Amino acid sequence: MHIAREIENLKKRVLTLSAMVEESFDRSVQALNRMDGTLAHQVIDADVQVDQFEVDIEEECLKVLALHQPVANDLRFIVSILKINNDLERIADLAVNIAERVLDLQKMERAPIPFDFATMSGKVHDMVKKSLDSLVTLDPKLAREVISLDDDVDQLHHQTYKLVIDQIKQHPDRIEALICYLVISRYLERIADQTTNIAEDTLYLVEGKIVRHQF
Amino acid sequence: MSEKHSVTVTDPIVQVKDLAFYYGTSKALHNISLDFPRNQVTALIGPSGCGKSTLLRCLNRMNDLVDSARVEGSILLDGTEINTQSMDVIELRRRVGMVFQKSNPFPKTIYENVIYGLRIAGVRDKTVLDETVERSLRNAALWDEVKDRLHQSALGMSGGQMQRLCIARAIAVNPEVVLMDEPCSALDPKSTARVEELISELREKYTIIIVTHNMQQAARVSDYTAFLFEGVMVEFGVTEALFVKPRHKQTEDYITGRFG
Repeated sequence: MHIAREIENLKKRVLTLSAMVEESFDRSVQALNRMDGTLAHQVIDADVQVDQFEVDIEEECLKVLALHQPVANDLRFIVSILKINNDLERIADLAVNIAERVLDLQKMERAPIPFDFATMSGKVHDMVKKSLDSLVTLDPKLAREVISLDDDVDQLHHQTYKLVIDQIKQHPDRIEALICYLVISRYLERIADQTTNIAEDTLYLVEGKIVRHQF
Repeated sequence: MSEKHSVTVTDPIVQVKDLAFYYGTSKALHNISLDFPRNQVTALIGPSGCGKSTLLRCLNRMNDLVDSARVEGSILLDGTEINTQSMDVIELRRRVGMVFQKSNPFPKTIYENVIYGLRIAGVRDKTVLDETVERSLRNAALWDEVKDRLHQSALGMSGGQMQRLCIARAIAVNPEVVLMDEPCSALDPKSTARVEELISELREKYTIIIVTHNMQQAARVSDYTAFLFEGVMVEFGVTEALFVKPRHKQTEDYITGRFG
């Protein structure tokens, strides 16, 4: 098969995986908002499929490398996809982690979320969406937007840390739930990092320059 | 040459300036300007008929042999114009040797093939000849395979060995530049690997300019790559950069196989 067709196929698979990952993330956020155990289980169960997809895409990339020895744009595409594939799978894993914490929280005494979860998850959602859109449309401007959003999320996570410490001091009995929330904030921050990686690899794909560690 | 099409070469051995080449009325090369870096391997790539072999053959005036051929512009070898009446073409071809697509050993012994250039230059000293044979065959990575049959016919060698013999013959006369026109296209993968390895070793002593249709080969063996299309030099650059992020869409389309 001609390499152009192989690459088209790969693109389609990555799009499907992106959609799956975005859905997992959105559902995990909803599960927490509604404290919905069923939804949390759905996120956890869907991960098997995501994992299988990730493996298939990697194998496909290796096949193209071996059989077509791609160069230029094709080479950068395959290398970027190999890495983005990994990032996508990690985002789905983190969504699973959020879902698992929702299940943990259900077993505990109710405690209000100690930080602005809506704002933080909204920002991360934005980053997930924009990073995937930048990849699909090969838009370097969008990719740069994602990278610039990462600092905001880091900042929010830092605030969460302080808020949780305060809350633990005030309500030592809620410590378990509060730690759970701190961990969730950390997962969101990690997801934001993964979207930044996707944006950086998209920039490499489009512009041929490695921009990691520059922002 | 505009910056856009090229990179700066600090120590060029061959400098092509505004070179135009005609076969009769048909223009095969359009004002090509290109500096070939000393002691480096430069690959010329491009589709059939793009002028890469014509350009290669301009560099040691092999095109003189073609009736109706006409050259305009300048080619400097170490600063000296080669397209002049006073240029000794035999001496030029000693300084700028050539290896062809199909190996062309003479129907003589291996030994005589290697020293052919020295013989016609009138060298008779047996010690010099023996030394040249050993040195050239060693440099061509052939010595160990043929040292016990130097006085047997070269025509009994394998294709890969014959091509390395032709390289040995080319370097026996101490050239400064070695031109190679598709040197591996008739060789199997193992012999190709041998010759490619040889090319990167030879770079220490000689400047190599190679025409190849095999893109992977250009990527593997060369330091610099020039892409030609329809007689125009589209892009010249460091090989690694050209194969990872070419500056021109035409180059991109050609090296990724999406031509036309």
